Formats: sequence, C-alpha cells, structure tokens
Amino acid sequence: MDDLIADFVAESREMLEALGGEIVAWESNPGDRARLDSIFRFVHTVKGNCGFFEFPRLEALSHAAEDALADVRAGRRQADGPLVSAVLAIIDRIAEMIAAIDNGEEMPPGDDSALIEALEPGAEGAAAPVAAALAEQGRSAAPRTIRLSVELLDRVMSTVSDMVLARNELARRLRESPTDVPVDGAFERLSSIIAEMRDAITRTRMQRIENLFVALPRMVRDLSAELGKQVLVDIEGGDVELDREMIEMIRDPLTHIIRNAVDHGIELPAERLKAGKREIGMLCVSARQSGNQILIDIQDDGRGIDGNALVAKALDAGVLEKDDAAKLSPREQLALIFEAGLSTAKEVTAISGRGVGMDVVRSNVERIGGIVEVDSVPGEGTRMTLRVPLTLTIIPALTVSIGSQHFAIPRSAIVEIVRANGESVTLDSLGGAGVATIRGKRVPEVALADVLGLDSGVPDEERNLVVLRPAGGDVYALAVDRIHDHEELVVKPAAPAVMATGLYAGTTLADDGSPILLFDPAGLAEVGGVKLEAQESAARVAQGPSAAAEKSVAVLLFRGLDGARRALRLAIVDRIEEVPVSAIKPGAGQLRVQLGEAILPLAGVNGELGEDKVRVFRLNDGAHEIGYAFSDVIDLSTIDHDVILADNPAEVSGVTLIAGEPAELVDAHWLFANHLGVAARSSADQPLCRLPSGDPWMQHMLRPIVEAVGYRVVGDDYEGEADLVIAAQGDRSAASAARKIVLRSDPEAAGKKDDSIYRYDRAGLLMALKSAGGNR
Amino acid sequence: MNELLLIVTIAGQRVALPAAAVEAVVELDTLIPVPRAAPHVAGLSALRSRVLTVIDCMRSLELGATDCSDGIREAAVVELDGHHYALLVDVVEDVVEAMTDPSPVRAAMGDGWERVSKGMVETETGPLLLIDVAALISGAEARAA
Repeated sequence: MDDLIADFVAESREMLEALGGEIVAWESNPGDRARLDSIFRFVHTVKGNCGFFEFPRLEALSHAAEDALADVRAGRRQADGPLVSAVLAIIDRIAEMIAAIDNGEEMPPGDDSALIEALEPGAEGAAAPVAAALAEQGRSAAPRTIRLSVELLDRVMSTVSDMVLARNELARRLRESPTDVPVDGAFERLSSIIAEMRDAITRTRMQRIENLFVALPRMVRDLSAELGKQVLVDIEGGDVELDREMIEMIRDPLTHIIRNAVDHGIELPAERLKAGKREIGMLCVSARQSGNQILIDIQDDGRGIDGNALVAKALDAGVLEKDDAAKLSPREQLALIFEAGLSTAKEVTAISGRGVGMDVVRSNVERIGGIVEVDSVPGEGTRMTLRVPLTLTIIPALTVSIGSQHFAIPRSAIVEIVRANGESVTLDSLGGAGVATIRGKRVPEVALADVLGLDSGVPDEERNLVVLRPAGGDVYALAVDRIHDHEELVVKPAAPAVMATGLYAGTTLADDGSPILLFDPAGLAEVGGVKLEAQESAARVAQGPSAAAEKSVAVLLFRGLDGARRALRLAIVDRIEEVPVSAIKPGAGQLRVQLGEAILPLAGVNGELGEDKVRVFRLNDGAHEIGYAFSDVIDLSTIDHDVILADNPAEVSGVTLIAGEPAELVDAHWLFANHLGVAARSSADQPLCRLPSGDPWMQHMLRPIVEAVGYRVVGDDYEGEADLVIAAQGDRSAASAARKIVLRSDPEAAGKKDDSIYRYDRAGLLMALKSAGGNR
Repeated sequence: MNELLLIVTIAGQRVALPAAAVEAVVELDTLIPVPRAAPHVAGLSALRSRVLTVIDCMRSLELGATDCSDGIREAAVVELDGHHYALLVDVVEDVVEAMTDPSPVRAAMGDGWERVSKGMVETETGPLLLIDVAALISGAEARAA
C-alpha cells in the first residue's frame, strides 16, 4: 500500500509540475482544447486515485474541479478569469495535500468548501489580471522513462570518473613500455567505450531547463496579479540542457531576478501608458548554450535602473566613497546593485526588497562558477544575464607548470597562448606591475610564480603567456613557465582551507594519480591585483594606449650597424632574416642582399658588416621589398613623443624619444624611394628608352643612369616605339619618339635654340629623364 | 562511554582522536604544495582516486612545522563535510577504548592545544587529551577570524 501511495505522490507531482505552465497558457487562450484536456486529465487522475486511497478531501476537490472543467469541455461554460483562478486555487490545495501525504503529515487544515464554491459560475472572486505565457506549443509525447534515485546516478558518475582516471593511468603505463599492436588496439577500444560511457552518464545528469522555466508563467501571473500589473512572459530555449545540480542552484537566483523585474522593473499599467509604452509589460526569459556555458537572459521593458540613484544610495549606505563615486562608469554604477544592502525600491514590498538582495543572487551564482551581468537603459528596461557553466564535474583544461609543480587552467577561459619573447609581444613594467603588449593590445600581465610565491627559475622573457578571459571579465595575461598538455579533468571541490585562498576552483588528479590544483581565473586575477570588477574602466585603460597608438605608430626599436638607436615603423617590417655576409654584394649600382630566391636592394649598411652573419629587416611597402641591415633589435614600442623632424629628407626623418631615450626615426618612404630605383616598376610598366646600340659611351656610361631612373633600355633593333630616345648631337639616324633627349659633347650650348644637354651635366640629364618619364 | 580512540603522537605528545572519525591510516609519499594556502595546509596528496588535503598538525597547533623532508609520513585520514583530510602525525600507536566521557582539563595547556581540546579521557594507558578534529583542520586562522 505504501508503495502505491509513493507512486501516486510521484505521479501527481510530475503532473503538477507540468501543469503550472499549461494552466496559464489555457487562461490566455481558453479555446485551447489541448491544454484544457491536460488539466482535466490531471484532476480526473487525482480523483480516481483518491477514491482508491481514501483521501476524501482530495477527492471532493478534484471532483468539483473535474465537474467545472467538464462543463467547459462540453461547451456549457466559457473559461474566464474567475474560473481559472478557482481551478488554480484547487490545484494549489491539491499540491499542498500531496506534499503532506508525501511527508506523512496531517492534511493541512482548512475548509475546502470555499474553494469549491468559487468554481460556481458567477461566483465572487477578484477578476484576475490576465497573464499569458507563450509557452511551447504542443507538448510532445513523453519519452519512455524510469525513475532513478539521484544518489545512484551520482554514484555511477563518480565511478565513471574514477574509471577515466584509471584509463589515463593505464594509458601512461602503456606509453612508457613498448606494447604489442593488439594490446594497443584493445586499449583504444576500451578507451573509446569509456569516453562514450562518460558522455552518456553525463547526459543522464542533464535536465532540460524547461523544468526550471515551467513554473515561471504561474509565478509571474500570481505576482503581477498581486501588484496590479500586467505582464506577458515570453520563454525561449526551454530545451537547453543543464546539469541537474546546476538547475537546482540557479532556481533561487532566477526566481529572485524575476521577482525583482516584475516588482521593481515593470511599471503599473497607467505609468506605462504615460510613458508611451504598451499597457502590458514584457518579460523575456531565454536560455541558450554558448560553448560550455549556459546563458540565461531575463529582460524586461520596465523603468530600468537609475545608475545615479544607485550611487546616491551607495553613498548613503557607506558602501562607496565620494571620490570613487565620480569615477564610476555607467556600467559600474549598475553593478552597484550587487552590493550588499542596496535596494532602489522606495519601500519594502512583500514581493522583493526584503533585504535578500542581488548580492545574495550574485554570491549564489558565483559559487557555482557563474556570473551575473546587468545592463539597463533607464526608461527602457533592464537585462540581467546569468552565465553558468554547463556542468561542475568534467572540464577541459590546460596543464601548465611553475618550477616542478603542475597546475590546471580551465580551457574555457583561455583566449590564446603566446610566447613572451614572440615577435608580436612585449613586456613592460609599470610601477612594478606587468603589462604585456600583444599585437598592439595592452593587457595586464600577472606572473604566476609571483602570485603563488614560487621560485620559477625561468626568466621572464622565456615564459609563456596564457591570455585569459575570466567569465565576463576582461582579458589578462598569465605568465607561466611551461605549457604542458590539454586534458579533460574530473574536477572535485577542494577543501575549504584550500578554497579560502581564492585562487583555486578545485582539485583533480593527473594521469599519474598526483593531485593537481585547478585555477579559478577570476580569483587568480584578483589575487594578482588585476582589476576585473571595474570592467569598463579597465577597458578604458586598455583603449587609451590603443587609441593613442592609432596616432602614434608602433615602431620597432633597433640598433643600426653604426650603433645608432633607430626606429622603424612596425607595419612595414615583414620579417627579420639572418644572412651570411657573403650574401651581401654590391650589384647594379648599389648594395644588394640575396634572401632566398630574391635579390633585394639593401639599405642601412652604414657600419661594419661584421665577419659572419648580418641581420636584415625585410621591409615591404605592399608591392616591393627592400632589405635593411641592422645589428640587433631593442624593443617594440610606440612613438608617444613629438618627432623632431630632420631638415633635409634623408634616411633619418627625425628624432624622437622612445622609451625615454632619443632614437632616430628611419624614413621608410625615403628608403623605398632611394633604394628601390628600377625595381620599383615591373618591366611592363617601365618606360622604354632607346639608346644607340653602337655607342659605347651611351651603353656603358649613360645606360646605368637611365636604368636607375626607371627606364628599360632597348637598342636600335627594337621594333616598337620607345617612350624616349636619347641621341648624340648630330646623329641624324635617331628614330623618332614621344620625347627625345639630345646630348652634346660640348659643355657650352651651340645657340639659343639648342635644347641639347651636355652629356656630363648629370643634374640636367636626370631632370630631363625624369620629366620625360613623368609625361608618359 | 565506550568510544574507541586512536592514539597518535603529535609534537611528541600522545593524544587521542575519535576512532570513528578516522577512515584510514596511510603513509604519504607525495605531497603537492598549495601555494598561498594557510600555513597549516601542508599540501595535497592522493589516496586512490581521492584527493586528500594534508594538514600539518604541528603548524595547526602553532608548535612549529612537521619535518617532511624525509619523504614518507604517517597520517590519519578523516572526512569532514565531504572533504578528505590527512592529518600528519609523528606516530600512530594503537586503538584503545575510552573509559570515561571527556572531562575538562583544568591544567594550563598551550594555546594551540587549548583550541583543539575536547577534554581529557581516561584510558587503560592513562589520561589522554581528546582532539577536536574539526578544530585541528581549521587551524589557527579560523580562531582569529
């Protein structure tokens, strides 16, 4: 008999849970036959069971509700507000009684006749405001299920976890000793079965978040009725799955936020109309999965949160200092609602504002590794976002080490990993605090060894930087000695004495069975002194330099061959190459360096090349490359001081202070303009210049100059038309061309009409060559 | 009345732990330090697939540190609030039966001992101090807080 009662209670409970949403949905659409049927089925089932078990009061209640609903089904009656309220009241009473039966207590006292009377048509009863739920249409047929105790599931889960550890251990042993192929094969198979099993068992702990959402329409309906407001609930993403434990953990925070939204957020209908909004407030609750996090948004279109009022409150309550208050960004102002003892509600109502504030919500959510964010526009509404991890038990992690000790970092928080001595990374120290510049972005840097007070023995520049973004926070870089492996770790909570450090999220066992501590990225940042709370101000700090960097260019600071401190704009440096001195040879009028297949003009050779190898920047203007020899790279930096320009255009365009010392700024334009010469144009673009083939002076003396200006030189036998023809004075055989330069061997011009150029008048010649090319 | 006690030696003193609280007596060889944790947390160790938080009883009692340099240490494993702890002790002696309920110790003990004391119990081997395991685990800071 007891077993039967237990089954009855369990069955009724399940139906009750599912029913909460159905009733409200039915109320909003009384014509919905499917909903009506499911409610009818419930009271009918309860009635049948009660008769069997002799619960007379339950039977009377369910009987009355069944009668009323049967009338509606038969079309003898319309479902209206009072009827829905009365049916709801009866279902509530039934739930109370079932709870009492379950606990083996006495039935709750009270007379049920009033409830039954309320079912009568035309019965007295406050016309309840309508709250509608746009709940999921058409509940699908329930899948075949059995009931399992959660303890059993947990036991299976932890056994599987241990099995994973044993597998890891075995894998390590197998790696160490040579084994047969069949053994490896068998192990692989075992391994994949275990992985599959772990997935399956993890899923058994998953529940649709619908279980949490299903009670919301009812709650909002009751609340809004009580407050005289009209609220429409829109629920999305009920099919997102979440660890069962997680669902329990977020139930209270979610309830609290929704209560707040209805109580403080959404205005009374009259106020809403005055503000030009629809009478009915909207409350959207949506869940979605993002990576291994679940995001739950609770958005209302109410009055929003007044950041200034919060600040005033915080000042009153002494939570905030006056000086700090002025510095708060709007986002930080809003974040104040998570401070203990603050509530903007003018008076404490029965619904919320009872001192159990958002601080409790936040601490509850943070305890399970989640975060709460708030975003609000006064007058337009508020959005609260809960971010919670999918599950608490197995997480992918990266193992790193300091000295000989290994630690794990949850992979979800890792943005990227860079080497501290990588080309795009510089480390700076500001008042003792580390700042890493990674591809032009400034991020606070924390050395793990310093945070933990461990000896690392690895110099700063040889560390690896793990760039972390704690859930919802801003990025920071964590310097670790070594990066090891990516592993799936079974994480268990650590003892309170360990958690008290604030650094760790839990403990886990490595493959070899030794314990590893798992970091809490947010905690690490906090202990390391990185400010994550002040997200926006941190972002402002981060924006400062980068905005400045747009004006002042990122430069590469280096030492030239002559020992001078120089800087080159970073953007044009393609890469750095090291070449043997023998690869540098004068060729075609200037020094050239052979880099692989290419021969590039080489600049920067203003000192001894050394004996062995030379380092060369490979500069690129987008179309062409030149080399620039240098001695060594000093640093990456930005120009943040004024540049004192050089008087004459030359290799060095000016001098500026970089990192506190003067440095010469290399003029990249000048470099390209002067070293590129002929190579600047591909041969197709090059203007043609016809030189008499038989004139040795032209071919040997003039040709290099003509080529240096950018012409392609052709001989007399060239078929096409040249852009320029150079001829010696008196040479009548010269072909015609668009332009013609006539050279004379006499320094003095023969007469006024003689437009020839003296052949050693280099300046005049160059000018003529250039203007001829320019007219093309 | 007939509570079983595990006699251990901490800092040279023979004391009694409630045997019911002790799950096992183990020899720890690996000890992974926990940076920035309270000083009496000697580190972490593993027992099968469980992580043990190792408590240095001498530090918890503010009597100096247990010398862990020689590698293997004896420890009593206890469970408290779902977490497993290994209490580092000098020697684990024996299990005896308590002959009396704990009674207050009226003599002046050291501060550390005072904090973890649950009173004196009579045993066949003479009076012993009964240790409050939870107080031992929470260490010196908990009292200050």
